Amino acid sequence: MAVLSFERKYRVRGGTLIGGDLFDFWIGPFYVGFFGVTTIFFAALGTALILYGAAIGPTWNPWLINIAPPDISYGLKLAPLKEGGLWQIITICAIGAFGSWALREVEICRKLGIGYHVPAAFGMAIFAYVTLVVFRPLLMGAWGYGFPYGIFPHLDWVSNTGYQYLHFHYNPAHMLAVSFFFTTTLALGLHGALVLSAVNPAKGEAVKSPEYEDTFFRDLIGYSVGTLGIHRVGLLLAMNAGFWSAVCIIISGPFWSRGWPEWWTWWLNLPIWR
Amino acid sequence: MNRLNKLVAIALPALLLAGCELGTKEQEQVGYRGTAMVQINDPDSKAKVGEIPAPPYELTAEMVAGDKAGTAYENVQVLGDTSVDEFNYLMQAMTTWIAPDGSAIKDAGCTYCHNPENMASDEKYTKVVARKMLQMTRTINANWKPHFGNQDNGGVTCWTCHRGNPVPVNNWSTAVPEPGNITGNKRGGNTPAASVAYASLNYDPFTDYLAGKESIRVGGKAFPTAASNASIQSTEKTYGLMMHMSQGLGVNCTYCHNSNNFAKWEDSRPQRVNAWYGIRMVRDINNNYITALGDVWPQNGAGPYGNRRGPHGDPLKVNCATCHQGVNKPLGGYKMLKDYPALKGSTPAPAVAAAPAPAPAETAAAAAVVKPAA
Repeated sequence: MAVLSFERKYRVRGGTLIGGDLFDFWIGPFYVGFFGVTTIFFAALGTALILYGAAIGPTWNPWLINIAPPDISYGLKLAPLKEGGLWQIITICAIGAFGSWALREVEICRKLGIGYHVPAAFGMAIFAYVTLVVFRPLLMGAWGYGFPYGIFPHLDWVSNTGYQYLHFHYNPAHMLAVSFFFTTTLALGLHGALVLSAVNPAKGEAVKSPEYEDTFFRDLIGYSVGTLGIHRVGLLLAMNAGFWSAVCIIISGPFWSRGWPEWWTWWLNLPIWR
Repeated sequence: MNRLNKLVAIALPALLLAGCELGTKEQEQVGYRGTAMVQINDPDSKAKVGEIPAPPYELTAEMVAGDKAGTAYENVQVLGDTSVDEFNYLMQAMTTWIAPDGSAIKDAGCTYCHNPENMASDEKYTKVVARKMLQMTRTINANWKPHFGNQDNGGVTCWTCHRGNPVPVNNWSTAVPEPGNITGNKRGGNTPAASVAYASLNYDPFTDYLAGKESIRVGGKAFPTAASNASIQSTEKTYGLMMHMSQGLGVNCTYCHNSNNFAKWEDSRPQRVNAWYGIRMVRDINNNYITALGDVWPQNGAGPYGNRRGPHGDPLKVNCATCHQGVNKPLGGYKMLKDYPALKGSTPAPAVAAAPAPAPAETAAAAAVVKPAA
């Protein structure tokens, strides 16, 4: 892996959060750092445990491998390895790996002297994951509420968890999260189309400048958020999508046990028109 | 400004939490770990198991063995084989169950159904209805045992539905048709209707599925084609019925189904078999007993005790909530029937065989304990 000509200028020493100079080096194009090492450790251990779980499970079909959390009856205790304990250790590994990766991003930000937008955005995804497998199980009082690790099994969990509340589309935070997810993809689609159009001019024409891009959207919808602004909008939309996802699941169970459509009866029962 | 901030800081969380159920939830895992098949209930909002009235007095063996009501009294068409003592015991219980003495109900007590001058007379329509309801109760207890898991003394009494009311509180009748023009036409749904747990789904799934015998199963095993009948409308109607069943039983969808595949019996819980029989039992009740009474039901505005028909003119009928009242086992599973042998019906053996059954291939595995996915 060759180092690109401009890469050397980004290889700045220092800025580490922990470990000083110890892991402050690069392997090929990759920064290592203390948190790079912990990421490798947790990711490797977690993956190995998933493979072990698959080996003692009934199938090697990659769609069906299932590392399930413990029974609800175990509460917040540790479960035997083959009855959900594996899931508990893998969850620790996952949080360790994701958290380490975010902190490694922080170190890179410090080296480059840029803001923490990237680790903050990734942190929102981690927050949503931790909400699913730690915060909500803690509030419900059992690790068994975490989702199983497996492609089809985790989808079945999502489906059944939704049907625990009869019709999940009536969950107000789910409504917000879905709207933010769709809007994120719409914004990215519009932005990507605009950039690709600008940098792929017709034969013989010059690449178009941001003024052209602004003009296109000013013509189309009367406003252009601008080249920097679109990335701020994207960050806002994407972080809200993750945040409201976390909210929509944390309120399901710990704070509401009935069908989500019924929750809206507070509106029907407002004293103004009830 | 500072005060305003404080006000907002206090009021906003309070508003956000106002729609919430705080506190520990009752939890029951009903599927393999990690499948999220769990029943979660808030003890405060969960429907309470209603109180169960004690029998009027102890029914002894001598009382049951005495002279038959059919010979002692006139015009005893259903309970003729019951002893006089047990007959009177049951009549007293029925009074408590349906029009209790001392309640605000008009003609409460025996006179709700009987002319006190001539107890044998059928002049009050309520007595004709009561007779049909006795036949119905005996049919339910004799012929629909699979709905009660074939348990001894599993079944219903009048109290299971009535709970001291002449008309059970939870009932349904066909919805008024939508206007033919665009204005105000909600296409049978788009209303936060209690009948479908406040979803915007079709709010009258009962006419088609609990009186009519339309197929509730909209999915098929084959890939859908243009010829398939699984329209969005019929799918939503099925969803509406299922919302009603969940609400009526105080359970969520995973009480019977694994949503991985709603239709698949092998991955469903055995409770789904009970529900399958329950749906057919309710159709039997609605068609062969309630609607079969025809014009015995007074026209609305004409009866002595208030309206017994819906706005469409059909009589008030039963659905799952009529008995269950928000509890998965009505009355918490208390076997009230043990104290009222006359309600058990007399022909259990051949009648059970007559009850329909789900296609064997569909239920073979469902009757057994649900096998975990992994």
